[in-house]
Amino acid sequence: MNELDEVVSEFVVESYENLDQLDRDLLALEDDPDNRAVLGSVFRTIHTVKGTCGFLGYGKLEAIAHVGENLLSKLRDGALRLTPEMADALLALSDAVRAILGEIERKGAEGDVDYTQLKETLARLNDGTEAFESAAPETDTPVETPVETPVETPRLGEMLVAENMATEDQVTEAVSRQLLGDERKIGQILVEESGMPATTVAAALEKQHEGRGSVADSSVRVDVRLLDNLMTLVGELVLARNQVVQLVSDQDDATLLATSQRLSLITTELQESAMKTRMQPIGNVWSKFPRIIRDLASVCEKSVRVEMEGEETELDKTIIESIKDPLTHLVRNSVDHGIEPREVRTSMGKSPEGRLLLRAFHEGGQVIIEISDDGAGLSPEKIRAKAVERGMLTTEAAARLGERDLAQLIFEPGFSTADKITNVSGRGVGMDVVRTNIERIGGTVDVSSAPGEGTTFRIKIPLTLAIIPALIVTAGPERFAIPQISLLELVRLDGAEARAAIEHLHGTPVYRLRGNLLPLVHLHEQLELERLKDDDVINIVVLRADDRSFGLVVEGVSDSAEIVVKPLGNHFKGLSTFAGATILGDGRVALILDVMGLAQQSNVISETRDRSLSDLSDRAETEASNTTTALLFRTPDDGRMALPLALVDRLEEVALSSIERTGESEVVQYRGDILPLLRLSTVLPERRLVARHEGEDTTPDMLQVVVVRHGDRRVGLIVDQILDIVDQPNDLEPAGRAGVAGTVVIGDRVTEVIDLPAVLLLAGLTERSLETAGV
Amino acid sequence: MAERQFCTFFVDGHYVGIDVVEVQEVIRYQEMTHVPLASPEISGLINLRGQIVTALDLRRRFGMPDRPEGQLPMNVVVRTAEGSVSLLVDEIGDVLDVDDRTFERPPETLDPATRRLVKGAYKLDGKLLLVLETERAVGLAA
Repeated sequence: MNELDEVVSEFVVESYENLDQLDRDLLALEDDPDNRAVLGSVFRTIHTVKGTCGFLGYGKLEAIAHVGENLLSKLRDGALRLTPEMADALLALSDAVRAILGEIERKGAEGDVDYTQLKETLARLNDGTEAFESAAPETDTPVETPVETPVETPRLGEMLVAENMATEDQVTEAVSRQLLGDERKIGQILVEESGMPATTVAAALEKQHEGRGSVADSSVRVDVRLLDNLMTLVGELVLARNQVVQLVSDQDDATLLATSQRLSLITTELQESAMKTRMQPIGNVWSKFPRIIRDLASVCEKSVRVEMEGEETELDKTIIESIKDPLTHLVRNSVDHGIEPREVRTSMGKSPEGRLLLRAFHEGGQVIIEISDDGAGLSPEKIRAKAVERGMLTTEAAARLGERDLAQLIFEPGFSTADKITNVSGRGVGMDVVRTNIERIGGTVDVSSAPGEGTTFRIKIPLTLAIIPALIVTAGPERFAIPQISLLELVRLDGAEARAAIEHLHGTPVYRLRGNLLPLVHLHEQLELERLKDDDVINIVVLRADDRSFGLVVEGVSDSAEIVVKPLGNHFKGLSTFAGATILGDGRVALILDVMGLAQQSNVISETRDRSLSDLSDRAETEASNTTTALLFRTPDDGRMALPLALVDRLEEVALSSIERTGESEVVQYRGDILPLLRLSTVLPERRLVARHEGEDTTPDMLQVVVVRHGDRRVGLIVDQILDIVDQPNDLEPAGRAGVAGTVVIGDRVTEVIDLPAVLLLAGLTERSLETAGV
Repeated sequence: MAERQFCTFFVDGHYVGIDVVEVQEVIRYQEMTHVPLASPEISGLINLRGQIVTALDLRRRFGMPDRPEGQLPMNVVVRTAEGSVSLLVDEIGDVLDVDDRTFERPPETLDPATRRLVKGAYKLDGKLLLVLETERAVGLAA
């Protein structure tokens, strides 16, 4: 790279940064058009670009910047006031400059896009007001002699004069020397030529910097490759440290021990510092959003206010890079689909201006990013209809899915609920890509939504990828590292317990973990390794792959360690079971298990993408077509009724004497609460009441009560006798009686299935509104 | 007068060489971590001063019988486009200066699998030095 190239590339990089600042400033100006400090900053940015490209011989860029500068100088001087049209033109100018810079970066030339129209617009905006200006001087000239008097930063010379440290003549002379080509700084010239004490200049400089709040002077620009390299070296140091610590632990030498501990400490600190150098605030990505949102909102004719919380939350640079696109996509989606047009919002009683909130914060070693809008929210009906239309789910399955599960469908490929395809979004590509990209860096994305109130996307991502905590397990003679992020818990079973604990479903091993069946995968089988020993101990590492969990049976669990992830070479491209390799404390290489890959290989989760969908529909299907587990009980007239077991909280016996009355209803004290009791006979058709009266004297002292949960409240149903728990077929014969969902034959007897919400409603125990929310 | 230097070694009785500019280093046997499910030519991963290097067994690569039990291989670490790769060989020979004029393309009759992996042979006094086609020898896909 020759020197000129270097100058140019530096110019390009610097200008990009300036342009980002420019965008932010222009948006700030729209809210506060009279802010002189911001106007000054905008003017300086364009002026700098113009000056530098004039020097480098980029005529076209210079010409564009020049017209913009003309307009800006008037704005800055107060001769003009910023109108939305001007803001648009100036943003377009910023885009044009960016485009030309891009050309320069790629091809070294300015390219041949024509910007005449933009120039004319800017010139017109500039001239259009000349009529109003009485005292406006020549409009061509002011830019030729750049008035660089930044509002907030006093110039060094001026400061010195003001403090009587230098005479005006001395400063003028120094400035003219500079203008004649002296490359020294003002301060330097003053010290060397006018014999000023260097300390005075230094003090003034410091003062000047304070005023500027100079971050720029305390930071250096570093090539990312250098940082990557540094990180690699630190990674190796960590490994070497681990080895030393392990070796020293066998030694008796106290000095050696102390030294190695110190080495260990310093290495940890160095590792943290090195990691920090790669950390960037998420605000770097977010800073582009206000502009994107503004442009998008004006296309969609919406008003959107952006709010940010936690911009300073830091993430590893590589992670920042890889979440940039997904985040942009989500933000665009929120503006395009989420937030409603002004009129709609007003008619719904919302403020016409939509609100988009970006939040970032740390939580348990991970970073959470939330993107929420106060828009229309996801419509469960639309998603349902779309899923059926696309053949992803059957109508019944779709009808059974809860809103939360439905919302997850938007991450399926080809899914979009937008009524019309805009040029912004709605093509149904994207959300699945968003999920893929986030999962690639070990993150997860989740959506929650309330119709009419808005949608929130929640992204969880790891802080860094380079060094991760891991659990070391053994299988056969080999050791493997499992990233802790996938680890849920460890289960160790001994002896007889171990033999009994593992059951088989069609030959597939499962373990009952707190009542839930956990599919088991034997690591040595998956990796085709020999088992070393066949003892009675079973170690189950409970892992999470996506939203499924499974148990990995390993021979031993040895340790947890901070490991440095190293990629595997091309030789292992086909192996999905390993995510990389690392070097352990004893210097030997260990493979890092890819939990997702392992889960896929062992069929714990099927086809990557279809997985959650088929899972959802399977679940819905079983519920829809087959049977429901139901509680069977006897009614007073010796009839049979069934109640879906899912609704049953507990079965209790209540002493008749403990029943109290409040007003019309019977209640009982139950677990510190008041449990309303409901006699089915009082709410269901009279024929039972008759039977009930006849058998009055047989009422036992203890009543059998089925405690059901409805919404967030419990109700006790008094039944005659609880008979059984049965599988109740789901296709009901319609019953046509209030409080009965239908009839079905269970064990040769006609059984009525209770429609619990209706019964509770009949009894006046729930509000009508709850009825629909029920089962 | 073109002379080249070759790092030479033995694989199942064959005398094989690699241009020294391609060789990073030669080291004695290192403990290896076996990679389950990987192709049989891959013997494992070694820790080369903090760098993880894949070790390929040249005997298996050439389709030759395995090394007799107890005989430890040597590592010839070569630089490739994909980073360092270690080739496991039986025994290390000298670094040889050879004359380009003694070079000959491999004969057509050579077993095609082997032919793909060698550039040709130098005719030395009393024996032949096979020149390894390094990139092909380390690339399993090709």
